[in-house]
Amino acid sequence: MNYLLGAFKPACNISITFSDGKNRKQVPMKKENGQTALVPLFQSQETLSGKVCVEPYQGKKVEHNGVKVELLGQIEMYFDRGNFYDFTSLVRELDVPGDIYDRKTYPFEFPTVEMPYETYNGVNVRLRYVLKLTVTRGYAGSIVEYQEFMVRNYAPPPPINNSIKMEVGIEDCLHIEFEYNKSKYHLKDVILGKIYFLLVRIKMKNMDLEIRRRESTGAGANTHVETETLGKFELMDGTPVRGESIPVRLFLAPYDLTPTHRNINNKFSVKYYLNLVLVDEEDRRYFKQQEITLYRLKEDASS
Amino acid sequence: MRRLAGVEDEEKWLAEGIAGIQHTAFFMHRALDANNLREVLKYSALMLSELRTSKLSPQKYYDLYMRAFDELRQLEVFFKDESRHGLPVVDLYELVQHAGNILPRMYLLCTVGSVYIKSKQAPSKDVLKDLVEMCRGVQHPIRGLFLRSYLAQVSRDKLPEIGSEYEGDANTVMDAVEFVLQNFTEMNKLWVRIQHQGPGTVREKQEKERNELRDLVGKNLHVLGQIEGVDLEMYKETVLPRVLEQVVNCKDELAQYYLMECIIQVFPDEYHLQTLETLLAACTQLMVGGLSDLSVLPLTILPTVDTKIVLTQLMDRLSNYAASSPDVLHEFLQVEAFAKLSNAIGKVIDTQIEMPIVGAMTLFVSLLTFTLRVHPDRLDYVDQILGACVVKLSSVPKLEDARAMKQVVALLSAPLEKYNDIVTALTLSNYPRVMDHLDDGTNKVMAMLIIQSIMKNNSCISTADKVEVLFELIKGLIKDLDGTDTEELDEEDFQEEQNSVARLIHMLDNEEPEEMLKIICVVRKHLMTGGTRRLPFTVPPLVFSALRLVRQLDSQGGDITGEEVSATPRKIFQILNQTIEVLSSVPCPELALRLYLQCAEAASDCDLEPAAYEFFTQAFILYEEEIADSKAQVTAIHLIIGTLQRINVFGVENRDTLTHKATGYSARLLKKPDQCRAVYACSHLFWVDDIDGIKDGERALLCLRRALRIANAAQQMSNATRGSSGPVTLFVEILNKYIYFYEKGNPHITPSDIQSLIELINTEMQSDDNGNRRTHSDPFFTSTLRYIRFQKQKGGLIGDKYDLIKL
Repeated sequence: MNYLLGAFKPACNISITFSDGKNRKQVPMKKENGQTALVPLFQSQETLSGKVCVEPYQGKKVEHNGVKVELLGQIEMYFDRGNFYDFTSLVRELDVPGDIYDRKTYPFEFPTVEMPYETYNGVNVRLRYVLKLTVTRGYAGSIVEYQEFMVRNYAPPPPINNSIKMEVGIEDCLHIEFEYNKSKYHLKDVILGKIYFLLVRIKMKNMDLEIRRRESTGAGANTHVETETLGKFELMDGTPVRGESIPVRLFLAPYDLTPTHRNINNKFSVKYYLNLVLVDEEDRRYFKQQEITLYRLKEDASS
Repeated sequence: MRRLAGVEDEEKWLAEGIAGIQHTAFFMHRALDANNLREVLKYSALMLSELRTSKLSPQKYYDLYMRAFDELRQLEVFFKDESRHGLPVVDLYELVQHAGNILPRMYLLCTVGSVYIKSKQAPSKDVLKDLVEMCRGVQHPIRGLFLRSYLAQVSRDKLPEIGSEYEGDANTVMDAVEFVLQNFTEMNKLWVRIQHQGPGTVREKQEKERNELRDLVGKNLHVLGQIEGVDLEMYKETVLPRVLEQVVNCKDELAQYYLMECIIQVFPDEYHLQTLETLLAACTQLMVGGLSDLSVLPLTILPTVDTKIVLTQLMDRLSNYAASSPDVLHEFLQVEAFAKLSNAIGKVIDTQIEMPIVGAMTLFVSLLTFTLRVHPDRLDYVDQILGACVVKLSSVPKLEDARAMKQVVALLSAPLEKYNDIVTALTLSNYPRVMDHLDDGTNKVMAMLIIQSIMKNNSCISTADKVEVLFELIKGLIKDLDGTDTEELDEEDFQEEQNSVARLIHMLDNEEPEEMLKIICVVRKHLMTGGTRRLPFTVPPLVFSALRLVRQLDSQGGDITGEEVSATPRKIFQILNQTIEVLSSVPCPELALRLYLQCAEAASDCDLEPAAYEFFTQAFILYEEEIADSKAQVTAIHLIIGTLQRINVFGVENRDTLTHKATGYSARLLKKPDQCRAVYACSHLFWVDDIDGIKDGERALLCLRRALRIANAAQQMSNATRGSSGPVTLFVEILNKYIYFYEKGNPHITPSDIQSLIELINTEMQSDDNGNRRTHSDPFFTSTLRYIRFQKQKGGLIGDKYDLIKL
């Protein structure tokens, strides 16, 4: 197919621009080929408006059966690659069938679009938003152009945000009590806490706090769970004595985190955990995992 | 793992670590030059990761740490310059905390923290508090200690102490103190914890390593001591209790000992003084804490903090402080320093049963030194200390430890030196009791010290009670103590000792005859126990001392004021008689004889004829019975004659008896010349050139004649045995006697007597060497003749007399 396509030069040049493209914030997005590109950022209930410009090459004309622009919200499972599930699909017909001889510009607008889910790029699943422009043609094949954009949704600080406090241990060997100041953190938040050592009978090498992401996809028997450790943060070096308390201060900013996603469209969930790991001198690991909820706090205009 | 590794391996690891630091530091420098913050942080964290090693001993780790430290200085310069990295320091403070490993993270945080404080964008107290708190994450003892010592170092000049630019508003000196205290507490905990690492077999090595690390901990106390604005109130309320709490609770001997030492050295003396109670309470708790761990460490030696050294140091410091200025003395009184110290020492000694006796003694010495400096007027304190010392000494068998002995000597010498006056020491009731616990040798040394002190200060002991005590003290010198093997004694030392005792006796003096007599009696009582070897040394000074008293009484006119007065010469002479008698039986007859004669003379001065007579009798008895050596006899008889001549108390009868005796003994001496000389000396017994002296010219002449006869006989004997008559000295000597008596007006001496004697001498001289004329005349004779001529020429009464002599 490729050489055939190469034989036929594209009939026209298509560009999609947003009306506020110059001012809108651009964020980096990882593309399928591994490179990152800057894409505009939106949030739910925003109005997407702009112009589509179709410009046939010199001396050519574009015959078409209509021009349309679609706003698509898609979920793509990697084990089912290529199959998109559209959870949002809005269409604007821009032109009736006809010929385009000259550069032609169509304005479009999707007012207050409901985009409940954030763009997500995980191990087994991808959620993306895209504007799709289609110039429908009969035999020659339609001309399709995509413009990706990113959606991030902000949440207010949760009204109830209890600390996490728990006493764990191994009988007659190790008793600790840990405390994280909150159970819900925003993405640039800092985790503060303390680890109290109530009983120490083992010699420890170190203690780490890990941030883990658990991504589960599918449903029922087909559920895939993927857990990644996003960050490993050493809290303590050496063996403490009984009664010692070790401070926790972990800045979340440097880690590549997303908000917690629960059961997105019945397709997938993303959860975050703090995993406290104690390593003894024989390299045995003692750990306690604790879920935390991450949310995206509205950032200041400056940041 | 490190514990099992050899030194070589350690060298290797150190080299690797240093190489690692250099390698990453190279990239860090490049990033610094490029002002690339991200790279700088990356490589600095990487570099600091080298410090995460567990393989090195503290010393080697220190080497590594210093390398990293140098690099961190450059990093700090970079952080300070916002234009280079473009980030506000507060953001930088957050940024470095993103580092995943705690050790590099904390080093970077401390570095940025110091810059943060310097920038004054945040209150220094908040930053310091945060840093010291976050450092808790490093619980590995060695790494933690070095990290916190780094913190202490970078924060040293940024503490909000008084006068510092970081002080003011919300930042008070209290915050600075709080920070240092917390860092100190944590460091000490880490330090103490080293011993719990690894098996017990390497304990010794651990102790050594810990010793190497102790200054890191102590540094905090130094800083505390230097913080400006820590006043007494704050020290009392906050600093000291907190530090002591840590010291006591850490229950570790090494730490307790070292830290107490630090506390004592670092903080000013007046603070110690004002907080003495607290400090001492802590001292007494040091050990108790350690004991509770015994069950856990059954195989190790008892943990014993050397409380005594700690206390000693404290007292030494305080003593010096007291000595430094008299103004501070009232402070000592105010806080009742002595009572507190004394209590504490008592407690320590009571609780630490296993403390060697030398330890207890050292404590007492220090306390005593302290007391002498601070309360020189409180002898009761001194006595109290000695009393405590006695109690302690009685609780143990005979003292054998040489070091302990030394301490006791020091203990006993201290009051002597201080008061320069043994009299003071004599009032201390416990002083002799302490001495009882010394062994004989030491006892003697101590006794000598006491005597020397008396000599040096020329102090006079003036009451019998004191003398009694004193002699009790020096009894090691006065008599043989049980079990002393006299054979072992060095003769020279012995003489030296006894001479000292003799000198001491002269220091006992009182104007009051009554008391003086008592003193003499006391001394005598003690001396009599001395045995044959000592008496010859000790009796003479006693006798002379007594004679001095006699003369004193005599010069006061001998007016006996009351019948009860015991200090009469008569009484003294009785005592003397008994005393000397002992000496004669020692035997030491010559000395006894001399003393008798001395006494006789004194008795004569007091007009006590019977006493004088008695003494002479004794002297003659001695002469007869004990003095056999002919030379000694000569000396003795001359002494007798000389003494007798001067005594004028005797009645005719007594005198006759005695002179007769003396003359008789003179004539019975062994050698003729001796006989001759003794006899002509006797002539003086009959002619005393005094106004009311006896003037029996006839008997004097008789003596001279007899002497002449003996001289003749001697001459002949000499002729017979040796073929030469020898010198004419005897004749010349007799001639001189003639001339003397003639000049003094003895009517029985005529000029013709003298002339014939001169002729005789001339003849003797001519016949001297068998017809050969002597070329030189005898010089003695010549000068005698010259004297006669001189007197003739002088004229006058005497000249007239001499004119009668024809030469």
